[in-house]
Parts: sequence; C-alpha cells; structure tokens
Amino acid sequence: MTEPLIRHYGPKAYSDHPPFRYPDYKSTVKRSPTHDLLSIVATLSETTGPGPIWSDISEEDADLTLNAGTGSPAIGERIIVTGHVLDENGNGVPGTILEIWQANACGRYAHWRETAFPAPLDPNFLGVGQCRTNETGEYRFTTIKPGPYPWGNHPNAWRPAHIHFSVLGPALLTRLVTQMYFEGDPLFPLDPIYNSAPEHSRERMVAHYDHDVTEENWALGYRFDIVLRGELSMLEELDES
Amino acid sequence: MSPKLGETPSQTVGPYYSMRLGGEGQNVIPVPAEGGQRITITGKVFDGDRNHVEDALLEFWQANPGGRYNHPDDTRELDLDPRFSGFARAMSDFKTGTYRLETVKPGRVPDLEGAFQAPHISVVVQARGMLDPVFTRIYFSDEEEANHDDLILRRVPEARRGTLVAELEPGSDPAIYWFDIRFQGEDETVFFDF
Ligand SMILES: [Fe+3]
Repeated sequence: MTEPLIRHYGPKAYSDHPPFRYPDYKSTVKRSPTHDLLSIVATLSETTGPGPIWSDISEEDADLTLNAGTGSPAIGERIIVTGHVLDENGNGVPGTILEIWQANACGRYAHWRETAFPAPLDPNFLGVGQCRTNETGEYRFTTIKPGPYPWGNHPNAWRPAHIHFSVLGPALLTRLVTQMYFEGDPLFPLDPIYNSAPEHSRERMVAHYDHDVTEENWALGYRFDIVLRGELSMLEELDES
Repeated sequence: MSPKLGETPSQTVGPYYSMRLGGEGQNVIPVPAEGGQRITITGKVFDGDRNHVEDALLEFWQANPGGRYNHPDDTRELDLDPRFSGFARAMSDFKTGTYRLETVKPGRVPDLEGAFQAPHISVVVQARGMLDPVFTRIYFSDEEEANHDDLILRRVPEARRGTLVAELEPGSDPAIYWFDIRFQGEDETVFFDF
C-alpha cells in the first residue's frame, strides 16, 4: 500500500481530566502551560505511537510479589489486579503495554529520592512490573497492596494507597498515565491529586473488590478497567464533517 | 449510537516514575539497518520561575530516516528495520536538569494534504507537578525549507514557531541540537491539542 492508514479519533475529553493548573496540588502552579493548547488535526505522527512495537519487544513481568528475584516473596497483602483496557466505544485494546510502579506494603518506595518517610524497605519487593493486554484487551498483575504514604504538599498530607499505571495504547494521542486507587479509602476527600480529577470521573480511577477474581487461600482480587480515547464511528465522522 | 465510556482521568507520574519509566539506555534509538544520520538532542525543561525541572520525563516518537513509522498503520512499502522502535524516553538530570536523546534524524512523513511534513519528533512531557501530559514537536533548524512548508508549523503564530525548532550546534559532528521546553513565560513552548 502506498498510503498509510490515518485513523479518526474523537476529540480528547478534557473535561474528564484534571486541569493543568490545580493550586491545591502546589507544584502544578509553575508546571502548567498558560497559553491555550494549539489545536491541530491529528496526522500519522499522532495516530501512530509506540504501544504496539513496545508491547512486542517487552517481556511480561507481571508478578511483583516475586520479581525481585531473591527467591523470597514480598511481604504484605497479596492481591490480583486485573481488568480490561478499553476504548471509549467499549472495545478491548489488545497489545497495550502497561507499566506500573508502587510503594510497598508500608508505603515506602524503593527509590533513592524517598528519604523522609521512616518506613521499612522490603528487600523482596521492587514495586515495578509490566504486562501486555491480550487479544481481548485484558491484563493481570499479582502484587502487594501498597500502603498510604506522606508527602510534602501540606501539613500532615498523605496519599491514599495507589498504583501508578503507564498505558501505551495504539496511538500517541491515547497516551495515558494514571493512578489506580482502592475503593473505600478514607483519604480520598483529603487528597488533592485524586480530587484534581473532576468529580464525575474520579471514580474511574478506583479499583473495586471482586470476589470472582479472589483466589482461595491465595490472594484478594481487584478489578480495574482503563478507558482510552477511541476512534469515531462512521456516523460520528459524518457529524464531524 | 451507544453511549461512550468515559476516559480514565490522567494523574501525575509523581517523583518516583524512574523506577519503571526512563531507565538506563531508554534514551537511545540506535541507527537502524537502513542507515541514517546519528544526532543528539539535548536541553532542559523550565518551570514558570525559570528553574530547571529536575524530574521531567520526556517521551519521543519518530519515524525512521526513510520517513516510516514502526506501527501497523504505516503500511507503506518503505524500508524499515523491525528493531527500529522510534520510541525513546529521557529524564532530566536531577542535578543539572539536562536531558539527552541519542537518535537518528527522522525522515519526512505524509501530512493530511498529500504533501510531506518537515522532519520532526513528537514529544510527550510529564513530571511531578503535572497532572496531564503535554504534547509538543521538535523540528530542526537546518530544515528551513521543509519547515517553511510544514502545515502544522504554519498554524503556529510566527512569533512562537521558534519554540518548536531545535538549534543545530554549529560544527557539531555527529550533530547536536539544542531544544529547551518552557512551561510558562513569554517564550512558552507551543503545546498541541489533537
Ligand atoms: Fe505514588
């Protein structure tokens, strides 16, 4: 073929995402653009992206309870986190690469910048992993439930327990990094990062306990679906033009 | 029409993303089998106070030197080394703020009007303190003619175009281009919505 396929995506739903500037999260004030974004029609550069190739060449590394390679399992509440990566139209997105990082059961990150919080490190837990979605868009991690941890944004500030998710989907324009939270966390009302997402869409970042995922005598199960921008249907395309 | 599912909101990468994203060697795209000009792109990311951002994560997406993306939608019959990913990540150095991308100069890819875009690299910028990513492009200062005809650059107000053009270091070999990103201020980088 001499012409590449340029897919037509719907507009990004900015109203579903946090604003760039959200003063309750102090560091956003100096790290947010002040000009309006410049709107362009997506070209091949934006409708392609590294997801498929990165997924092809990345190793599955989806069990964080064992991937420190010490031969001993990590300490904490073992959990399974599973779900689908979907597009807005509800179709599974296969070959999506998910990269995750998180604190250990005590809320401590195995990162050199974490020096202030006197919680123990777990030598058997790195807190990083990656996996790819299968042909239906489904993924699955086994990990340890992370602990909440303090941060310096305001006095006595604590982040609700969360797992950072990086999602490389089919296109540059579907790029998403988010955080997965756990249902019922009492810290939700106090966390400016969680609350930076509009009220109507916050809940989409919350994983729910699912007894069908829970494995007897092994691990509790949580379900977390991720929704990326999707292509326009033919009808919508007509509307747009 | 069935109702759409809502997009999952973006959240910051926070201060610890380098546990997983941007590690050793991810800032290098090796020269592919089809050849190409080896280049380095380097610079800093600046916040609204003109302090360097010590923990920015830059992601780069580019075509190969022949102008083809390694992506299933780019079905054109142009040479493509399957090991050429076209994707890299660079982090700003915690002390100096400098990032560094080692890659090959991309070729020209089609625009939407039957012509070709100027060579460019797409960039996604994220950091602690950013709740959403911002998207920009790197063009090259020694591609004046192509830049002049580029449909997207033409949409950028002339006074701001320079924020998208990496400056070739005179006499550098292999070529070094300087490209800074500024979140705010008079010369704030142009960020795109698409
Ligand atoms: Fe975190």
